[in-house]
Amino acid sequence: MTSPQIEIQLIAAVVAVACAIPGVFLVLRKMALISDAISHSILPGIVAGFFITQDLNSPLLILLAALTGVITVVLVEAIQKTGLVKEDTAIGLVFPALFSIGVILIAKNANDIHLDIDAVLLGELAFAPFDRLLISGMDVGPKSLWLMGGVLIITVVLLLLFFKELKISTFDVGLSSAMGISPVVMHYGLMSVSSITVVGAFDAVGAILVVALIIAPSATAYLLTSDLRRMLWLSIGFGVFSAIGGYWLAHILDASISGSMTTVLGIVFLLVYLFAPKKGLLSVLYRQKQQRTEVSLITFLLHLNNHSEETERHINHLTEHINWQTVRAKTVLELALKNNMITIANDIVSLTEKGTDFTNRALEYIITNKDDRIEHMKDDFFLFRG
Amino acid sequence: MERKLAVQVDDLTVAYNYKPVLWDIDLAVPEGVLMAIVGPNGAGKSTLIKAILGIIKPIAGSISIYGKPYDKQRKLVAYVPQKGSVDWDFPTTAVDVVMMGTYGSLGWIKRPGQKEKKAALEALEKVGMLSFKNRQISQLSGGQQQRVFLARALVQNASIYFMDEPFQGVDATTEIAIINILKELRKAGKTLVVVHHDLQTVPEYFDWVTFLNVKKIATGPVKEIFNDDNLTKTYGINYKVAINK
Repeated sequence: MTSPQIEIQLIAAVVAVACAIPGVFLVLRKMALISDAISHSILPGIVAGFFITQDLNSPLLILLAALTGVITVVLVEAIQKTGLVKEDTAIGLVFPALFSIGVILIAKNANDIHLDIDAVLLGELAFAPFDRLLISGMDVGPKSLWLMGGVLIITVVLLLLFFKELKISTFDVGLSSAMGISPVVMHYGLMSVSSITVVGAFDAVGAILVVALIIAPSATAYLLTSDLRRMLWLSIGFGVFSAIGGYWLAHILDASISGSMTTVLGIVFLLVYLFAPKKGLLSVLYRQKQQRTEVSLITFLLHLNNHSEETERHINHLTEHINWQTVRAKTVLELALKNNMITIANDIVSLTEKGTDFTNRALEYIITNKDDRIEHMKDDFFLFRG
Repeated sequence: MERKLAVQVDDLTVAYNYKPVLWDIDLAVPEGVLMAIVGPNGAGKSTLIKAILGIIKPIAGSISIYGKPYDKQRKLVAYVPQKGSVDWDFPTTAVDVVMMGTYGSLGWIKRPGQKEKKAALEALEKVGMLSFKNRQISQLSGGQQQRVFLARALVQNASIYFMDEPFQGVDATTEIAIINILKELRKAGKTLVVVHHDLQTVPEYFDWVTFLNVKKIATGPVKEIFNDDNLTKTYGINYKVAINK
């Protein structure tokens, strides 16, 4: 690998981590779309900042543009508060308005400088290594790496300091507010960090793809875990993996780096959506099938429990009586036999002691929903795992 | 006999978009009562609690908790919001939710540690939920979720408890378990203010009651004021049949 290659991957990974962290909280607060709004409406802020600083990587430009992001949120909330339109409509009204101001500003004033609509939408990660940071004449690396590194450090420090506050104000606004942990302060804090991150990442991946870097890693992580900390770590992992994987995909395909990164994010999400152990599509389907069989098993055992007369317990009669297809009846019969819950003598089915006990306990569980007595059965039977 | 006042509300008016939902409420809650707030839907019961706790800003009036403004007395107060007000798909476990009850006394930045965890586990045991401590909260039944919320209020270790419909969507067993804990708290000298829907159980569960319908209709001991007259004034229909037979 050449040194620009390493630098590009490093920048991509840092951007991914910086986006994934606020992304987790935006997704949990059901505010994912706000990141889309911010990423577009910061454009006038960036253009105005560029006129003042003449440098896309200046921290002043970042702050100016991030301010536009926060203004977006304020405007969306103000429109929403009128009660005339809902939040999604308010978002849809605000960001195109601000974005179009930015587009006009670029077209009128910035024709001959390095700021065009293409770069705004898709970013220019491949050129990032050319813009070097010089400290008293010494080359210390690409400017955007230092910039995003700075943003990332701020984000991580804030996350570590205010993890507890972010958690409670996300989960329970009412209690958070009653405890004096102001949800409004946390909300605008998160919005400011998100805005700064988006502006910083904007130069690397553009206004559209930065949204994917914010939402996709946490949406993927959400399918895999029920622990906030682990969700953060997984999001960071998916972000970094997609950033570096995307770089090499672009290398192989000779295509846009940011486009390839987003494609990898999409593929990762799809794979997790299909194969996640608990919430994944395949696992859900498998569990439903298993549950169907187990409900059938209990129905069958219950029938045996309720009827002592032999005519009701004849093997052929059962398939007719409970009205099951032969295949299903056979599966259930085999399952019951395998677990020593029934015995068959002269084609007459009888419950064993274990079968009776199981039926009674299952009945009790279904009626009372009390868990403690069947806790040990959860490993064997999906039905009891809720 | 003068009892110490736990909560005092004076001339409280709350409005959403300039439409009053609570109008000029005066309310005094003596220390050590288990009080129900009853009233029809839209009467402002939840709003009253939220206004007392500073979650909603009133347009007029003042609130004091043991004689001082609420924001000076936060640590004396625990709150159980409506179960439906939070997203139970949030990635966290029962014990973690209970630990959130300690966040207020910890203050900003400081993290919960072993002491807080121990308190959370004790509270879970009190509400009979210890065996579910590591269960993801979306995997709990409605009654179990309500118990977790109650446990979270218990670790707040407060003097005054505000609860918004703690019996909503729970089965009979859980309802009895919850009311027993509330009665125990009252015995320990705590004050409890509970938004309640089931009028039938008011005399059995509570010793104090406030009738509310945008304005305060009446407040006082259940024995003295829980009668047809006040019920009719609050709900606008004759309640003789419903309660007396």
